[in-house]
Amino acid sequence: MKLNERSVAHYATSDSPADHAGFLRKRVERHHHHAHHHGTSYQRRWFVLKGNLLFYFEERESREPLGLVVLEGCTVELCEAAEEFAFAIRFDDAGARAYVLVADGQAAMEAWVKALSRASFDYMRLVVRELEKQLEEVCKSLAACRKSPQRSSSSSSSGRKRHLSNPALQPLQEKPTTLENGYFTWSSGDCVAIGATCIDHDGGETKPPPLPPRRRLATGSPTGFPAPGLSPALLESPVSLETICFSKLHNWYGQEIAVLRREWQERQKRGHP
Amino acid sequence: LPPVPAVLKKRLVKLVVNFLFYFRTDEAEPIGALLLEHCKITKEEENVFSISFIEEPERKYCFECATEEQCQEWVEALRRASYEFLRRSLIFYRNEIQKMTGKDPLEQYGISEEARFQLGAPRQ
Repeated sequence: MKLNERSVAHYATSDSPADHAGFLRKRVERHHHHAHHHGTSYQRRWFVLKGNLLFYFEERESREPLGLVVLEGCTVELCEAAEEFAFAIRFDDAGARAYVLVADGQAAMEAWVKALSRASFDYMRLVVRELEKQLEEVCKSLAACRKSPQRSSSSSSSGRKRHLSNPALQPLQEKPTTLENGYFTWSSGDCVAIGATCIDHDGGETKPPPLPPRRRLATGSPTGFPAPGLSPALLESPVSLETICFSKLHNWYGQEIAVLRREWQERQKRGHP
Repeated sequence: LPPVPAVLKKRLVKLVVNFLFYFRTDEAEPIGALLLEHCKITKEEENVFSISFIEEPERKYCFECATEEQCQEWVEALRRASYEFLRRSLIFYRNEIQKMTGKDPLEQYGISEEARFQLGAPRQ
């Protein structure tokens, strides 16, 4: 699959500030059919998080990334690796490879997990919409205060109508009720997990959950993952077709490296008869 | 929605977060993608818009739409498609709400200290 590589590399290495950066050890994923399976090994790479994109470089000074992970439709979890301070980025698309990463210490691991959990475009969009709504409400209530006490019914209902008719907004008309463990509970009953810490509208103690929970599809599909080729309505969910697209992106880079490795191995074989 | 490079090729184009994927119309998997960061969307002649990137501004990816209206919709959507645009919007709303209410709206979510939401100060 083609990608505008140069632009991507440029964005990755540009001066625009990174949301997080540092060295991590990345587990090398081996194909299971290899005859000699030596067990897991890790490679130290320089990771740069910008927006919803996690780039990794061979060295801190490298001019081009080795790879790119698009952080949509994924969860970041601690993982049961032999290594301490390991965490994994896993995708809802079962076919997509997971990324197992190892940090230098507890603090570094926690910082990475936190940064990655909130990196998705969807999450940012959610927060922006929420603020957009709040700003609208603030403006309206300020305007209402300045006007005469009587409020015309049209001004309050037109706001809601705007929400309903604007397809760009989520199908949510009421404020979310208590956020617990990072889940918004929409009035419709669908759940969307976000990486935010929980809030208590009653003003109680707010405690961040240890890790954001696994994201569930807004459609609540029983199988947990809709097969491609389903109706367009399901394509609105943050996973499914999009995740296929993104896992293609990941595979694209993965393949590049696999090819290079094979070529190198061929050369090695020829060099040692 | 047909885009056109130098040669007219009919493609299905899908905007997903900050990526523009393109497909041959009958296939499920995309043949390519454009990351939409540090890019400029330009309205060209009728029904046509182009995408160019900051490091190579003369290279344009051109797209021809069925109607002028569609073209405008795409231009609008693509200009708002980058993560960085979204981030700027967030910072703007946060700032405005803070000015009008004296309160930081992100505090209730416990994310006001997150590096990615900071108001204008250089990060990292």
